This record gives sequence, structure tokens and C-alpha cells, in this order.
Amino acid sequence: MGDPDVELLDALRVGDDAAFATLVGRYHTRMLRLAEAFVPTRAVAEEVVQDTWLGVVKGIHRFEGRSSVKTWLFRILVNRAKATGMREPRNAALDDGDGLDGRFDAGGHWAEPLEPWASIDARLDATEIARRVKECLPKLPDAQRQVLILRDIEGADSAEVCDLLKISATNQRVLLHRARSHVRGMLELELGRG
Amino acid sequence: MLLRKRRHPLVCKQAVALMTEYLENDLSPRDRERFEQHLAGCPHCTEYLAQMRATIAAAGQVEPDDLDPEALDDLVDLFRRWKQQ
Repeated sequence: MGDPDVELLDALRVGDDAAFATLVGRYHTRMLRLAEAFVPTRAVAEEVVQDTWLGVVKGIHRFEGRSSVKTWLFRILVNRAKATGMREPRNAALDDGDGLDGRFDAGGHWAEPLEPWASIDARLDATEIARRVKECLPKLPDAQRQVLILRDIEGADSAEVCDLLKISATNQRVLLHRARSHVRGMLELELGRG
Repeated sequence: MLLRKRRHPLVCKQAVALMTEYLENDLSPRDRERFEQHLAGCPHCTEYLAQMRATIAAAGQVEPDDLDPEALDDLVDLFRRWKQQ
């Protein structure tokens, strides 16, 4: 429905170089960002994305338009990234990384008032805050990073993400919650608690 | 007469744990009501929810990296070679 990429795929089917270049321009670095959440190094991520593009041109007749072109590209990418080999699991952090350790009293209430972020917009513009979120991404555990990229950066819905990553709805929500809490905690260190 | 145990109101720690379920619209009507009741009386959790929303909004503004022109050329070359096969 109104997917602007479908025309590009049609042109790609008849071997249009310019359509291919446009599609690469639109998605290459976004696919790289997602691939990096699955594989050990940037170099491997680059191989996975290149391999994905080959898979796209070879398998273009298999695109049926049941999902958006973007979701179709991401599906090919995720499958290849998973097949390439996952990152070494890192040692689990002692806490959840959400910056909430010790923030509640024994009764479960905030031990200290939360420092408001009302001043954020005054101090930093949106681009600057987005840059800080981007810097947080490599610090997230892989599964959280994958879900956060797909949901909050790429704007996929929860059903798409469950389907792409082959995880349950509950697991998806837990990972999203942890990832967002994590990023909020990292932003708070810079923006909030003075 | 108290046959049914009354539900305790939520405390902050519980409300914070439910933030994503709330934002995803996944809470049952009853839990949603308890959550909103807690928020109505708790400026800190209200602030926390605002911070979660600000975090999500900031993530939505994260731009992809610029594409290296050489990488683009290499891929287009690859595409041309593949077509000729």
C-alpha cells in the first residue's frame, strides 16, 4: 500500500542500475546498523550486507508484496546475519543496566525524587539527543539492540519484529522494555541527575 | 464480608516495570486503571513516563550513517557483473 520502494523493485527486475543504486542509498547503512547487532565485527556486518544485496537481486522474483520492501530486505538480512554467526555472548551485567539499582526504597517508592528532564529541550536540540542515543546502541546487549533498532529507530511494529527475530510477543516486549530503560538510564546520566 | 481480597495500589517500582506494557497498550483494563491511578498521584512516575517517551522520540530521530560512495560504486559494479552472467 503506497510502498515507494515497490517501483524500485520493478525497475530492478529489468536490470536498472539506477534503481539498484537508489535502493542501496536508501537502505545500505540502515542494514549495516542492524547487521552490527548480530555479528562480531563491522567487517563481518559489511560482508553480511553485501551478501544480502546479492540475495536481493537473485531472489527478486520471490518478493510477493505481502510485506513492505523494507521488511523484506530486513528479513533477508536477519536470516543471513543469524546464519553468519552470533556475537560472543558478553558477561551479563550485574544489574539490568537501567540505572534503577538502589533507586527505590524498601517499600518500592522512589528513594529520591526523579530529576526532571524538562530542561532537555532547552539544553540540547533533538539531533544532539538522537546522537547520544546512537552512541548508546553498542552498549546494549545484542537482543535488546536488535529490538530497539527495529521498533524505535526503524519504526517496525511488534508483530513484524516478532516475525523477523522469531521471538514471542512477550519476549519482544521484555527486550523492548529493557532496551528503552537502558537507554533512558544512559541519557539520564548525561541529562538528568545533576 | 471481605471475601475478595482488595488489590493493593501499585508502588513506584511496579509502575516503572509496567511502563512499556502501558505504552504498548498491553495492560488489561483493570491494570491500566491501577497504573493510571498511581500516575495521577505520583509526579516522579509521571516524570519517568515522560522520560521514556522522550527516549523513544529521540530514538526515532536517529539517522543512518552516510553511505560511503566507494561502497556504492562497488555494489553497483557487483550488480552489473551479476546481470552479465
